[in-house]
Amino acid sequence: MRVSAIGCAALLLVAVGACGGRESGGEAGTAASGQCQGQQTTGITDKSIKLGGIYPLSGPASAYGDIPKGIKAYFDYVNAEKGGIGGRTVEFIVRDDGYQPPKAVEEARRLVEQDQVFALFQTLGTPSTTATWDYTNQRKVPQVFVATGASKWGTDGAHPWTIGWQPNYVSEARVYAQYLKAEKPSAKIAVLYQNDDFGKDLLGGFKKAIEGTQLTIVAEQSYEVTDPSIDPQMRNLAGSKAEVFLDITTPKFGSQALAADVRNTGWNPLHIINNVAASITVLKPVGFDNVQGVVSSSYYKDPNDPTWATDAEMTLYKQKVKQYAPGADPNIPYLTFGWAVANSFHKAMDAAKCPTREGLRDSVRDLRNVPIDMLLPGVTLSTGQGDAFPIESMQLMTFKGQRWELFGQVIDTRKEFGPLTG
Amino acid sequence: MAGFLQQVVEGLGAGAVYASLALALVLIYQFTGIVNFAQGELAMFSAYVAWQAMAAGLPFWAALALTLAVSFAGGMLIERIVIRLVEGAPELTLVIVTVGLFIFVNAAAGWIWTFLIKDFPNPFPRGALEVGGVSVGFSTLGVLGVVALVMGLLYLLFQHTKIGLGMRAVAANPDSARLVGIRVGRTLALGWGLAATVGAVSGVLVAPLLFLEPNMMGGVLIYAFAAATLGGFDSPAGAVAGGVIVGVAETLAGAYVPAVGSDLKIGVPLAIILGVLLVRPRGLFGRAVVERA
Repeated sequence: MRVSAIGCAALLLVAVGACGGRESGGEAGTAASGQCQGQQTTGITDKSIKLGGIYPLSGPASAYGDIPKGIKAYFDYVNAEKGGIGGRTVEFIVRDDGYQPPKAVEEARRLVEQDQVFALFQTLGTPSTTATWDYTNQRKVPQVFVATGASKWGTDGAHPWTIGWQPNYVSEARVYAQYLKAEKPSAKIAVLYQNDDFGKDLLGGFKKAIEGTQLTIVAEQSYEVTDPSIDPQMRNLAGSKAEVFLDITTPKFGSQALAADVRNTGWNPLHIINNVAASITVLKPVGFDNVQGVVSSSYYKDPNDPTWATDAEMTLYKQKVKQYAPGADPNIPYLTFGWAVANSFHKAMDAAKCPTREGLRDSVRDLRNVPIDMLLPGVTLSTGQGDAFPIESMQLMTFKGQRWELFGQVIDTRKEFGPLTG
Repeated sequence: MAGFLQQVVEGLGAGAVYASLALALVLIYQFTGIVNFAQGELAMFSAYVAWQAMAAGLPFWAALALTLAVSFAGGMLIERIVIRLVEGAPELTLVIVTVGLFIFVNAAAGWIWTFLIKDFPNPFPRGALEVGGVSVGFSTLGVLGVVALVMGLLYLLFQHTKIGLGMRAVAANPDSARLVGIRVGRTLALGWGLAATVGAVSGVLVAPLLFLEPNMMGGVLIYAFAAATLGGFDSPAGAVAGGVIVGVAETLAGAYVPAVGSDLKIGVPLAIILGVLLVRPRGLFGRAVVERA
């Protein structure tokens, strides 16, 4: 049934592509001059800049729909109070793909060909981004700061117009490896991972990061997203009596794994859960009492953490979200994420040598320790020759009481493990 | 040995979950002669109803009673306003309608309650019974007990009541049933209502184990189909036996056949369905369909 739906969507796309083949670059913009001559100026003028984002506003992943709310709040604030980005008013068009790759392709085409956007500012999810990046790169449209942690956005050489933002899964794995090396240097580790690109990316990065150390993986179990339950896997892992449990799961299975760990009183490993499943909404159903001491990692400020109660950026953020996105709850971390990534776009655009698509492409690949106030102190944006990963530093956190508590120093995985290459 | 027995017990626990939904599938097949793809989603929706009732402050058992009543009414209502329109259409049409219902109910639950996971209280006590080095969770025992009870009730309904007789007649031949004075429409509606009620029991049993979210029953439905096919679509005892066999086979294959492992576990029910259909199409406990020429 699903196959035929995708087939129909594909047919439709082919049909649309065949009818809509007009070449329209440069129509909406102003001609670039000087050193920028000959570069693409679609979607940007002296007074405005048009961006398009694709998110799952409906369907199973619709919780991520709060991200564009945070972005919109930031752009509205900048437009109203700061005169826009470099004097240009930002227009941010949001489209819904329901987390379905064929729809993401359709929306990307609409944004690029009909709305004539300057750039795709965020597509969400590895599947949707993978489905669209061939198209954006053929059309030479920047696809910046995509909201997914797959490492291929940075290691792939054939898609220079696409770049990620958040720490990739390999960097995250390195953070856990670094922590274990220091805290439990000879630990035996059991791993549960989702059997897809995401799970394999993180597990592969972890295995590489513990090469040559005393750390060993003694048990490994995978699950499919279609599995009703991961209890059998958890039981097999418990049999290994490992001291550390690395939990590489998406939210629903994260809750199940945490609950299974709680139920099994005979096995009490140090439970490390990946950032994807570290949301409060995952831990709460299991019961806060049951997840004390679980470890994860983060890179931006948690709006619920009292540490940032008087933080200037956090105060500004909460105030502006109330003002420009009434009805939205600033305590939802996805909104904070949106704010931080929009701020990053602002700085990258400011740093661009040319107000063109080429200028943006080059700028996001040449960020030199750009501070973003919503990121954790010590975490900055940094890219350059051979490094297309803006954020590669994270800090560990442990669950205490009703919230995550940061501990230790920010771990810069570039410094500890060297550059990440494909 | 204890390790092996433990795996078998875990398989029984998983199998009881599959059996609970398989019972609802068998029930609706008995009543209406169709395979209802939306059964799992209806069960999920019922679990949400129970969750909502408890969130409003009702104690568990009151919420359960309310849920069963709502599910029964909801099932009958669906038959009246959706299925009645295509009554008498070819089986394929009916199956497609249930697939549509599947998608609609899933989306509706997401729309009403969002896709965020919710916790659901477990009616059975925590902890486990230790017998000879094997631990059997109280919740596993509880699920098995409830499934056995529902199975018994269904058996009585099918074999020893007039309603059961009437509904078997409707499923076998609606035209003849109508001629002998059976209210076909009412029987079909009753079938949908009862199946939704049994499904609600399944949803409430599954929700504490898997966490409540709109896609909770998707995976369970596949295994429940395997269970019902294996046991025979017209036998409650067969559905339970089928569920248990599928659960145990899947768990043991995952644990002891390295080539299967966790990756291919989902292939086990498929292999079972194929094997049964080849060797004994009516299922282990099913009756062969005989038609007079």
